[in-house]
Amino acid sequence: MNLKALLKALMGKQDSKDVAKERLRLVLVHDRASVSPEFLDIIKEEIIRVISKYMEIDEGNTVIQMHRNEGTAVLEANLAVKAIRRTF
Amino acid sequence: MGEVIVITSGKGGVGKTTTAANLGVGMALLNKKVVLIDADIGLRNLDVVMGLENRIVYDLVDVVEGRCRTRQALIRDKRYENLYLLPAAQTRDKNAVSPEQMRKLCEELKEEFDYVFVDCPAGIEQGFRNAIAGADKAIIVTTPEVSAVRDADRIIGLLEAAGLRGSRLLINRLRPEMVKRGDMLDIDDILEILAIDLIGVVPDDEKIIISTNRGEPVAAQENGSLSGRAYRNIVRRIMGEEVPFLNFYQNRSLLGRLKKLIGFGG
Ligand SMILES: Nc1ncnc2c1ncn2[C@@H]1O[C@H](COP(=O)(O)OP(=O)(O)O)[C@@H](O)[C@H]1O
Ligand SMILES: [Mg+2]
Repeated sequence: MNLKALLKALMGKQDSKDVAKERLRLVLVHDRASVSPEFLDIIKEEIIRVISKYMEIDEGNTVIQMHRNEGTAVLEANLAVKAIRRTF
Repeated sequence: MGEVIVITSGKGGVGKTTTAANLGVGMALLNKKVVLIDADIGLRNLDVVMGLENRIVYDLVDVVEGRCRTRQALIRDKRYENLYLLPAAQTRDKNAVSPEQMRKLCEELKEEFDYVFVDCPAGIEQGFRNAIAGADKAIIVTTPEVSAVRDADRIIGLLEAAGLRGSRLLINRLRPEMVKRGDMLDIDDILEILAIDLIGVVPDDEKIIISTNRGEPVAAQENGSLSGRAYRNIVRRIMGEEVPFLNFYQNRSLLGRLKKLIGFGG
């Protein structure tokens, strides 16, 4: 820590850029978590495509959603498995 | 076959049009054949930034609606060998062009030009959809401000969803003395937050305003301003060269070095 930072810390003042960075981080977690339904559909299709190599998925009973959890974004995928392919 | 690069941002007023003009001039100076498309229909700007406003006969909408051939609408910038502008229509709205029409136009121009730069309107609506439709790559412009970086993040997400890969970030209007003071987001802060590759940094520079007054982009002057040099470097990076980033934080003065020594403005 240099002298300037030390002085600021003593005065209990944070650099405005650090405030900006922290605020950005938080607002983006929120922004990124509220992605569009179309975007989620794209992700859903792709996940199903990959998993289908190994398991038979019930597409109608598959839910993909994003939400926030204690400051981070969570992508939750619930896939109903109909059968597991025998080749593996 | 050329390359179509869209210059986009989300937030308005961050320097897309300025960037399009300077990259065009910079490319033309390196003997590349370049065309700039002003896709900001209804808010035509690139023509005045380039100093070509008096030469417009046909525009983008005339081309896609078949009122003229593409060739006829291209304005050649006489100061350079190979620089052309396709101006936006001023009296129409964004819906006058469709993404499919833009894609076709870009395909056609790619046949003849090394680089096609598309100057994108602000926002994420139809105008944005049109501008990115024919693009191979994107340059996302932001300033070091919370709102601009936030909008850049949104645009990066939309570009990825649209299948556009390899987008790179241009940080415009950096003020090194404010960064040193801790009052402006630094390059590293922004890159860390956006997790995207950097194409270059352009400082805040009054020469940009002066040159825009005259309709002569800063990149035109050999050994000119710092911002002009920054744009010329970006041009070379687009062409695939490895060009070191300019150092805006040199302490040239004795006072500056002294301050650094005792921990101020390091
Ligand atoms: N690096 C810079 N330094 C100083 N002024 C700038 C810089 N970049 C852009 N500007 C100014 O900011 C304003 C907005 O720029 P513009 O390129 O029109 O933004 P956009 O096309 O994104 O709306 C213009 O007045 C322009 O001259
Ligand atoms: Mg503009």
